[in-house]
Amino acid sequence: MTTEQLALAGDTTQGSAAISLRGVTKDFGSVRAVRGIDLDIRPGEIVAFLGPNGAGKTSTIDIVLGLSQPTQGRVEVLGHAPRQAIARGLVSAVMQTGGLLKDLTVRETVEYTASLFADTQPVDDVLAHAGITGIADRKVGKCSGGEQQRLRFAMALLSDPALLLLDEPTTGMDVEGRRAFWSAIRRDAQKGRTVLFATHYLEEADQYADRIVLISRGRIVADGTGSEIKALAAGRTIRATLDRPDADVLARLDGVESVEVRGDTVLLHAKDTDAVARYLLTETGARDLEITARGIEDAFLTLTGADEPQEDAR
Amino acid sequence: MSTTTIDPTTRRVPPFGGMNLTVLRIELLRMLRNRRTVIFTLVFPAALFFAFGSGSDWDQTVGHGNVAAYVMTSMALYGAALTAASGGAMVAMERALGWSRQLRLTPLSPTAYILMKALLALVLGAVAISVVNLAGVVQGKPSMPLHVWVACAVLTLVCTLVFAALGVFVGYLVPGENAMQVLGPGLALFSFLGNVFIPITEGSTMWHVASLTPMFGVAEVSRAPLTGDLPWYAVLNAVVWFAIFVAGAAWRMSKDTARV
Repeated sequence: MTTEQLALAGDTTQGSAAISLRGVTKDFGSVRAVRGIDLDIRPGEIVAFLGPNGAGKTSTIDIVLGLSQPTQGRVEVLGHAPRQAIARGLVSAVMQTGGLLKDLTVRETVEYTASLFADTQPVDDVLAHAGITGIADRKVGKCSGGEQQRLRFAMALLSDPALLLLDEPTTGMDVEGRRAFWSAIRRDAQKGRTVLFATHYLEEADQYADRIVLISRGRIVADGTGSEIKALAAGRTIRATLDRPDADVLARLDGVESVEVRGDTVLLHAKDTDAVARYLLTETGARDLEITARGIEDAFLTLTGADEPQEDAR
Repeated sequence: MSTTTIDPTTRRVPPFGGMNLTVLRIELLRMLRNRRTVIFTLVFPAALFFAFGSGSDWDQTVGHGNVAAYVMTSMALYGAALTAASGGAMVAMERALGWSRQLRLTPLSPTAYILMKALLALVLGAVAISVVNLAGVVQGKPSMPLHVWVACAVLTLVCTLVFAALGVFVGYLVPGENAMQVLGPGLALFSFLGNVFIPITEGSTMWHVASLTPMFGVAEVSRAPLTGDLPWYAVLNAVVWFAIFVAGAAWRMSKDTARV
């Protein structure tokens, strides 16, 4: 996202955030699925909501859509309460499965949905835009999974929404379909449409989002650009035994990001571990040196805490 | 799609909670396109009328009309009850399919949705009643004054709401397409028990059992203009069963809000 686009999009909405969550929690019985989320998403941003299954992504999205009420906290969508934003056709969502009647035709489904809004795009335009004009008279039940997904998009774009929420949008798409899909989403984002998509693939989030919000166990654990999130995940870890290690000295070494001292054992996280290892072996009495790679997935697991037991997360 | 920037401040809320004629048209078309619905709710009751309404006693007097008129009114109720119940069962099926959730992402308000479904049940009920009544006119045997004829048809229509509620309730208990498999035979059984298909001798043990079943009350009510007789227990029966079905439907619906 460039600042220029941001300013442009900001003007059209007179400064109100696309999504604003303040201290939002959601309990299901004794289980707290969302544990206090503060989040502001600016108009025109493409934001990935990244996290493992059960992190609270869907619960949070349901709250933004007004499908469920937060237990505590405040929710505003484009300056309105969620239901009000929906009633104005400002918010749409595409779910991964279901949500279609098998015995309606494709055109009937779009007409039906269109008739519920005060203002919509012409049905034929929407069908053409989604590339489903050719199957307009086919029963939805006879459409392939991909065709049904395109129909869901056609329905979501009918009201020309200012905010689009997508749940695992490209599941089941091939590489080409994925690329076409995201370039269409980007084009729409340039006119100020905000997109929030839930995914559990870091790679997809990094490739297509301006910003990644990492959520785990109902809390936001990281929030930044793809490279910022990846930096959290990059590098390797050196483990060595040192007599009387000085954490301050070690932390000042080139490329060292974090130092942890456990008695005689030091754990160093660094981008250029070779240089650090060379220093340790030549300039200090370090021994039992080990270098381990911390992969992206590994870092992701560390950040999201998915490797720990989840006794109370949904 | 438009190439202009999106301006959220210009958006309007649709009138009537999003309810409109396009939706009613598509929903109606949808029901009439379903072959099973058409056969069981429109063709079958008319066929039953031709079968039962031509008995040897067809011209005996009943209240202000004859036996054929009595059978015709009963069959119209049966047909309308089936359409309403299948319409109700569709509400539950739509929830199972996630369609109701999809609708929640549109301006259509939940109240407008329920009103629309009730209206649809009434329209289809009216179609079912008209078909049986038309069969009666074509056959020529039923006889009752026009105002009685109309009054019976209207009362029957009102009574079908009981079965719309039953349809929603059963649709939740037996999800998916199986609901009609339960409702079809179930309503037939209730119709036998409820004095709809075959007259049950008043005061017999069978009759006492029958008077507690859900078809009994509405059948008496819908035939009241013809028989000129509206027993209090019939009205009580209709009201109590309506309350039970509505409560049951509301109870299952509220259990279902977790993922709407």
